Amino acid sequence: MIKTDALIIGAGPTGLFTAHQLKLIGLDCEVVDNLDKIGGQCIELYPDKPIYDIPAIPECTGEELTKNLIDQLKPFNIKFHLNERVDEVKNKNDKWEVKTNKGTVFITPNIIIAGGVGSFEPRKFAPKECEKLENKSIFYSVKDKAIFKGKIVSIFGGGDSALDWAIELSKDSKINLIHRRDEFRAAKLTVDKMNKLAKDGKINLFTKYQLKSINTSEKLESIDIEHENKEIQNIKTDFVLGFFGLIMQLGPIANWGLNLDKKTISVDTEKFETNQKGIYAVGDICNYPGKLKLILSGFHEGALAARACFKLARPNEKYRFEFTTSSKTIKSRLGIKGD
Amino acid sequence: MAKITYIEHNGKSHTIDVANGLTVMEGAIQNDIPGIDADCGGSMACATCHVYVKEEWFDRINKKNEGEDDMLDQAYEPKKNSRLSCQISVSDEIEGLVVNLPEKQV
Repeated sequence: MIKTDALIIGAGPTGLFTAHQLKLIGLDCEVVDNLDKIGGQCIELYPDKPIYDIPAIPECTGEELTKNLIDQLKPFNIKFHLNERVDEVKNKNDKWEVKTNKGTVFITPNIIIAGGVGSFEPRKFAPKECEKLENKSIFYSVKDKAIFKGKIVSIFGGGDSALDWAIELSKDSKINLIHRRDEFRAAKLTVDKMNKLAKDGKINLFTKYQLKSINTSEKLESIDIEHENKEIQNIKTDFVLGFFGLIMQLGPIANWGLNLDKKTISVDTEKFETNQKGIYAVGDICNYPGKLKLILSGFHEGALAARACFKLARPNEKYRFEFTTSSKTIKSRLGIKGD
Repeated sequence: MAKITYIEHNGKSHTIDVANGLTVMEGAIQNDIPGIDADCGGSMACATCHVYVKEEWFDRINKKNEGEDDMLDQAYEPKKNSRLSCQISVSDEIEGLVVNLPEKQV
């Protein structure tokens, strides 16, 4: 069990700067994120897209912004729990007990939700019956490629993940690659490689097709795929892999007893606290009159929520406002020597 | 200004006036039309403002932007007439546009 002054959910720009603010005022914190890397939407959705409205930074990409925020956290030792999703939040003796899907447990007086639009989850197949076979013969990621050896694997998608796996698995499996159009968004080199394997008969390529239905007896037997012009083909298959990118879902946050407005959490504008004492929401996921979904708003919200955390984390101390330019205490926290 | 009709997956239809210069997505969001999420706010970084454009309209609205089909690959049940509504600009010329909304966005 991990005790911390504040737990931040979400390692996007708002979560990162909030961590900085907490450490600056002398509180410790840990960060949980469902993605495998730090940066949130900035890294997952638009790493190369330029952003023009970060104060004092005329232009930077999502990746550069993330890198700068991580650099800003360098003086502090902050533990990140990546690839973990917070599933449960329970009140325990005036503190919050937080559990992740990997079994990590935190005890903290403060939870700051900086979750953007929720957690990233793989986009799944539309036919409902696919759910039953999920993680048995239908997968959205590959954990153990050995299970595909000598089998027929049908891979859906047109991006790098779909093509990379089609190429890799074609060494030891019979591969069907199915995509909704005849253009692929994967890197050109990968597309060329895949086309060559298709030409050599190592990959069966089906373009302008999508999954229509699956046929099972005791296990997956075959799938029906439908062409844009409605023609249907039945193909035998042992496994199905879907790589349609990631979608964002509010997920378990919806079950924590917070006041929600559509996909956002209602907060006050003094502490950015939700209807639950000690749970705050900042960044895109919070909602209040006049809310702007800008990164700069998230920074402001995080700074105020961090100050609110102080009261619950250090009930016997008084918070004193200080500037980084002049405060010796802050400078020592930042590891800056002299004045 | 153009009258735009949004038809929800359950058949419920909403016809509203949308100002020129906005996008079909913004028209829906500003008028609380259910069925369009627009998680990324219109930066073509997600696929949650996905709509189906009626055949007769498909060639009359502005063409797909570079990268739009890449995002549509990640939409729920994309079809031949799929578009991201954040990439359809509103002008007098699209008066009467009809878009159908998918069963869900995420």
